[in-house]
Amino acid sequence: MPAQSIKIAKDGLWTNNVALVQLLGLCPLLAVTGSFINGLGLGIATLITLVVSNSCVSIIRHWVRPEVRIPIFVLIIASIVTTIELAMNAWFHELFLTLGIFIPLIVTNCSIIARAESFASKNSLVDSTFDGFMMGLGFLIVLVILGSIREIIGAGTLFANAHLMFGEQAKTMLLSFGDNYPGFLLAILPPGAFIGLGLLIALKNHIDKKLKQPVTSTEATGDTPSPAV
Amino acid sequence: MNLHKQVLTTAVLLMIFAIIGAGVVGFTYENTYDRIKRNEQLTTLRKLNTILSPESYDNALLDDQITLAKSTLLGTTDNSSAYLAYKNEVPVAAVLSPIALNGYNGPIELLVGINYDGTLAGVRVTKHRETPGLGDVVESQRSDWILGFTGKSLSNPAENKWKVKRDGGEFDQFTGATITPRAVVKAVHSALLYFKKHRDEIFKQKTDASPVDKNS
Repeated sequence: MPAQSIKIAKDGLWTNNVALVQLLGLCPLLAVTGSFINGLGLGIATLITLVVSNSCVSIIRHWVRPEVRIPIFVLIIASIVTTIELAMNAWFHELFLTLGIFIPLIVTNCSIIARAESFASKNSLVDSTFDGFMMGLGFLIVLVILGSIREIIGAGTLFANAHLMFGEQAKTMLLSFGDNYPGFLLAILPPGAFIGLGLLIALKNHIDKKLKQPVTSTEATGDTPSPAV
Repeated sequence: MNLHKQVLTTAVLLMIFAIIGAGVVGFTYENTYDRIKRNEQLTTLRKLNTILSPESYDNALLDDQITLAKSTLLGTTDNSSAYLAYKNEVPVAAVLSPIALNGYNGPIELLVGINYDGTLAGVRVTKHRETPGLGDVVESQRSDWILGFTGKSLSNPAENKWKVKRDGGEFDQFTGATITPRAVVKAVHSALLYFKKHRDEIFKQKTDASPVDKNS
């Protein structure tokens, strides 16, 4: 892999992670991550939006006049999100019902226009698409981790409602940690999202400090100790 | 002159992107419309089938949907939908969609299935904003509480027992959440009263050539 690609990947997943470093798109991040599957659903939708919007913006970057670039980016992003919303409503209807208003809210996820403006409008199609993918993946991973933590602590389950996305057979994926788990409300409610995200950011900074030199592997974010919320 | 040209190019550019964007959205809308419509109907039907067992009726529930004018008994401020179930052309049940107005966090939307004889076929909460972990026990996924309505009617329990236990009635409340079940019990009771009052009108709508709702 060329050095540029490695840098893009590292940026998206770790050093410049949308959720942990740029702290963009917090509204959907905090609101939706009540469970693993919600996090994954919104993560995938955001990822697709980022990839498509970054590549579109990169393709047209030579034609767009600087004075109207922002309205044009907004137009592109809004069209993509609406298309994804309709497609999701058509093919993943149940999941769409759960994620509800958060899909249209991707439009307001500043990370998308931020990437369009700061990266895609200045770089080649391949790099921009890859950047969109990596940024989206970094966001998705945080959504999934936060969703899993909150689901495990809050409801005592993992992969609940997986059938909304993977079909009926996925119902067997459900992991339950003790049938009589009383649930821990705080983790499910919005404060749990803030606390969880705060702990994840703290963990990332801690790892950075420990390593002193940059980390490339994504696994580093994977083994999060369950925070004592 | 040069400035005019610049403004014009910019405007045209913006217009082209607006047209392309609208085109893409329009195209997707056209191509997903039928599927989305079908999904929505299936979702509704699945919800209805949790209340009425599919064997108990033989008509297409979604086609026998009628509109009820707003009513204080249903808690509705606008038209609401009702679904009529028949077996061999004989009325079996109606599913009303009343709203419990005095939930803890705003209105609670319900589906209330009532058999033709006035007993409850089942109640489900379709939309609410009650506190997760406290008020949301009225959801059938969270607890069996809502199933307790099945088989009840205006005479069972007696009129003055259509309350939560805290108020001297028959229905359980939950620790930390009395307001939500109280609102649901009241709404279900009102729906039964509505049904008693309007039953014949409701079922007449099907036999009418053009189902107009004149009941209020």
